[in-house]
Amino acid sequence: MTAMTNGNAPHPMIKMDQVHKAFGDNRVLRGMDLTIPKGSSMVIIGGSGTGKSVALKSVLGLITPDSGEIYVDGKPAGSGDRDAFLARFGMLFQGGALFDSLPVWQNVAFRLMRGALKRPAHEAREIAIEKLRRVGLKPDVADRLPAELSGGMQKRVGLARAIAAEPEIIFFDEPTTGLDPIMSGVINDLIREIVVEMGATAMTITHDMSSVRAIADNVAMLHDGVIQWTGPVADMDQSGDPYLDQFIHGRAEGPIEAVR
Amino acid sequence: MTPLSLLARLGRSTLAALAMIGRVALFTVSAFTHMLRPPYYPRELALSFLQIGWLSLPVVALTAVFTGGALALQIYAGGARFNAEAVVPQIVAIGMVRELGPVLVGLMIAARVTSSIAAEIATMKVTEQIDALVTLSTNPMQYLVAPRVLAALLTVPVLVGIGDIIGIAGGYTVSVHNLGFNSAAYLKNTVDFLEPLDLISSLVKGAFFGVIAATMGCYYGMQSGRGAQGVGSATKSSVEAAAVLILATNFILTGVFFSL
Repeated sequence: MTAMTNGNAPHPMIKMDQVHKAFGDNRVLRGMDLTIPKGSSMVIIGGSGTGKSVALKSVLGLITPDSGEIYVDGKPAGSGDRDAFLARFGMLFQGGALFDSLPVWQNVAFRLMRGALKRPAHEAREIAIEKLRRVGLKPDVADRLPAELSGGMQKRVGLARAIAAEPEIIFFDEPTTGLDPIMSGVINDLIREIVVEMGATAMTITHDMSSVRAIADNVAMLHDGVIQWTGPVADMDQSGDPYLDQFIHGRAEGPIEAVR
Repeated sequence: MTPLSLLARLGRSTLAALAMIGRVALFTVSAFTHMLRPPYYPRELALSFLQIGWLSLPVVALTAVFTGGALALQIYAGGARFNAEAVVPQIVAIGMVRELGPVLVGLMIAARVTSSIAAEIATMKVTEQIDALVTLSTNPMQYLVAPRVLAALLTVPVLVGIGDIIGIAGGYTVSVHNLGFNSAAYLKNTVDFLEPLDLISSLVKGAFFGVIAATMGCYYGMQSGRGAQGVGSATKSSVEAAAVLILATNFILTGVFFSL
């Protein structure tokens, strides 16, 4: 997961070029440019409502940008077969987004029980249990319903679902929101380990600076609808960018207006 | 307020109403087209049959039996004013089969099923489960909407048929045990008076009402705003829309079947 630091410029897996998106009068993205090299882990930080989730959902096609281009592996996002495009992605949602009516193993194996990746139920269940083990959950969790699990366990199940089909690209939307610091650390370490061992390209959005330091190869700060600063995580503390400094140190004073 | 601004407001409301009708019509067409093309989700369809059909039986039966009994009492009391008490079997039969059976079953389905579908899908939307479905290469129209609309299309006519029979049985019980009617004569009058068109109209109305109830639940659920208020608003609007559309469609279908 050191693709940005190994000398040669790697092939970009995701490229956003002058992406604009507004909801009514609210211009959320105002020409966002971002490049995520293949096999690297990019963490996007920024205040609430700055458009981090909009950026992430725009790549997946859940939101259609008003203008600008998004490329995935060199091809325009959304071109070609939609199922094949989405099959390259795994996503961990902020609240887990587990399906209430399905037991845990069916949530994890959802993609493996339908569509092009469909396989027999017993095989899908075995894979689900293996992925649950990978995220630190015991097999007896498999038959429980999501509502019977704690927040941390739901995040782990969400993570298991995101990696079940071994995607090339994994998105993490606020992976530690709502978790205590110890569980946040566990999830951060899991994400890091899994992304490294799978060789996947990762894009994470978070406010949690401990997540940034644990997960990121590269960091991008989104402010006022554009990328204010981007670079390797090692350079973050010496960036000299007043916006980034204010954000990472959590200061109320600075160029970013804090509503009191 | 000037006449011009009043006119402008009227125009805006009319255009908004027309746009809404267009969106609902397109959504309904989309639900039917998704029913016809693979992939199919038999588990979702079976669950929808259970929820919409089987689990609605108690409320449909209770509504029908009390309505049939009350109808018999009203017709007997009203008929007594001009010595026409003997028409109770015929009027109960025609009233239940042509109007009260389908309309009351439709309204009970709107209360029970539309609200449940809207709340479930709206909650899925608010908790990002709909987005999760898309990222797992599953079309929500195909997975959530098509099975529910198909199940309602097929089961509500059956519920209406059962409601008709139970309503007539309610009228029969009250008439024979409380009003002194002869059992055999009551049944003979009922059977002799009903025509095939009465039954056909009842079942056709049931099919229309089922589609309306399920479609409104799905539509408002998918359009839900954020948070608990969004879910509540979607649920309320879906039941209102379904009830009004069922009554309006009933009027139109009655005209089509019996006034031509």
